[in-house]
Amino acid sequence: MKIYVPCDTASVSVGADGVARAIEQQIVARRIDAQVVRNGSRGLFWLEPLVEVETPKGRVAYGPVAAESVAEMFDAGFAKGGQHALCLGLTEEIPYLKQQERLTFARCGITDPLSLADYIGHNGYRGLERALKMTPEAIVEEVAGSGLRGRGGAGFPTGIKWRTVLKTAAGQKYICCNADEGDSGTYADRMIMEGDPFVLIEGMTIAAIAVGATEGYVYIRSEYPQAFRTMTRAIEIARDKGYLGASIAGSGKSFDLHVRLGAGAYICGEETSMLESLEGRRGQIRFKPPLPAIEGLFGKPTVINNVISLATVPVILDKGAKFYQDFGMGKSRGTLTIQLAGNIQHGGLVEKAFGLTLRQAIYDFGGGTASGRPLRAVQVGGPLGAYFPESLLDTPLDYEAFAAKRGLVGHGGIVVFDDTVDLARQARFAMEFCAIESCGKCTPCRIGSTRGVEVIDRIIANQERTKNLEVLDDLCELLLDGSLCALGGLTPYPVLSAVQHFPEDFAKPAPPPPAAHIQETQPWR
Amino acid sequence: MSTIQTWDADRALLRIRELQHVPGALLPILHALQDEFGYIDSAAIPLVADALNISKAEVHGVISFYHDFRHHPPGQHVLKMCRAEACQSMGCDQTIQHVEKRLGVKLGETTLDGSFTVEQVFCLGLCALSPAVMLDGKPYGRVSKQVADMLLDNARRLQ
Repeated sequence: MKIYVPCDTASVSVGADGVARAIEQQIVARRIDAQVVRNGSRGLFWLEPLVEVETPKGRVAYGPVAAESVAEMFDAGFAKGGQHALCLGLTEEIPYLKQQERLTFARCGITDPLSLADYIGHNGYRGLERALKMTPEAIVEEVAGSGLRGRGGAGFPTGIKWRTVLKTAAGQKYICCNADEGDSGTYADRMIMEGDPFVLIEGMTIAAIAVGATEGYVYIRSEYPQAFRTMTRAIEIARDKGYLGASIAGSGKSFDLHVRLGAGAYICGEETSMLESLEGRRGQIRFKPPLPAIEGLFGKPTVINNVISLATVPVILDKGAKFYQDFGMGKSRGTLTIQLAGNIQHGGLVEKAFGLTLRQAIYDFGGGTASGRPLRAVQVGGPLGAYFPESLLDTPLDYEAFAAKRGLVGHGGIVVFDDTVDLARQARFAMEFCAIESCGKCTPCRIGSTRGVEVIDRIIANQERTKNLEVLDDLCELLLDGSLCALGGLTPYPVLSAVQHFPEDFAKPAPPPPAAHIQETQPWR
Repeated sequence: MSTIQTWDADRALLRIRELQHVPGALLPILHALQDEFGYIDSAAIPLVADALNISKAEVHGVISFYHDFRHHPPGQHVLKMCRAEACQSMGCDQTIQHVEKRLGVKLGETTLDGSFTVEQVFCLGLCALSPAVMLDGKPYGRVSKQVADMLLDNARRLQ
């Protein structure tokens, strides 16, 4: 009999390690024939640590479990799936989970992340098996035909990127996985790397076979130490079992993978900055063209995709382009891994076909704000995403529908704010963040962001508000049009949307000037 | 608690030599040095430059570009506090101010007794359990002022 306690960082952050220890102690003390498995997280974070027990009817969930309640749970027959106040019934029947369409996350939270046998037992490596019987062109066309678009935020068709790399002749090509998931409100990449690392390895291997690459890198942000450890170990295991190395699964085709750690620079999520960083330099962006697909890592043709894009490739190859294509709406095909975050009652991962509205995501799944106060603003797509008011909540999650409202779906993170939020402060933060994280290559971003903080400070302090709002508007236009990459180019989104949808926050009486010693301790000075 | 060693050129060279031949070796080397010593001593810069056949300015430029790399030894405990939007929506600013006041430092500083370094971080990927922090590499979610106090007390007790 198996008892599952997640090892995901989020689960650990609310005590999963202590719960696992307590369960192991009880198993020994009560002489129960059971084994504790550390699985990935199902992504129902308000229920973490979510513990599951294997029963003849299926896995039964309990949560949120504290180490202190473990003994009484065993008293109540927990080891046989018995009733207890924390019992949630069969895991698969929890509505939050049952109403999802988990394709990319099909295994996450079910298997032991580092068990290759578990991975294969749950349909793993079937995509690769099929890919190995196909021509490179056919693999690329399968991915193109699925309609898969880059899940990192830009939404560029993955198949087109691959086609370019395939058609570019070179002695060496690379596959780079961008795992620098720096957007606030997002954690899907982390969950996959910690909860189902082999799916990413399989996706990268398929990409390599498709374009003729023999080496790959996973660039993981340093804020994700556990994802780094899990990926490193999973790659060693895959190599030992012949799924990476000189002859992948006995096919005679070679591909090997390396993991690299970022160093706390948000900009390295921009693909050319990431390449610079991988090559051992400052993470400053590169001019495009040349595209990385033609001159990428170490000057060679390189496929750069986000974790979720690559982790979705195996299911597309396994079940076919048509199967994946049938999910979604408009030009957004397949599923979006929505991440509910911030001030939300039921925060967690929701994988659904594109087309769910923001309102459905936040209320039907998320249950509204965590504070119980009215929702006031929602930021979708990370720190460069627009702030939407309640009146835009019926916007469907679809790349084009969001673009029409001057917003972005981005990596699918949704951060909810209640009515205590001050959008002028949020707009200021957007500029401040850009100033901290700017790589400094282009002037609009490097200087404009600092000027932006100053202008917003003047607006907040009620100094010539009308004029300064005009200056802000002008500055944002300059950033939008004149920046080299999305950091400077999209920082105006949160700023302008805050001004547009929440003008009252920019018209409040000026706050009293802070006392000198408080000013002194402002952390961002 | 950290297992950090004091600066030692021989040990540094050992770490540098282990990694100098991997492609794009600079970041892996800098991480290795920071893992070993808790920061990157300025004496390491010429050693790294020499091993990779690049200028000292290039090494310095990379160290100063990335927020992770420290120029001075950190305190015994390192507390990284998330300041990004999801944590803001759950009141991270109050928790941060509370910690700053209690320890008498600002983000980015080390307490006078060398026990704590407090750093800002933008997103730990725990956005459904905000506010989030990382103490000595361990993640903690839903960190209210009370939880922050408990974490600091526990860390002190372990010293």
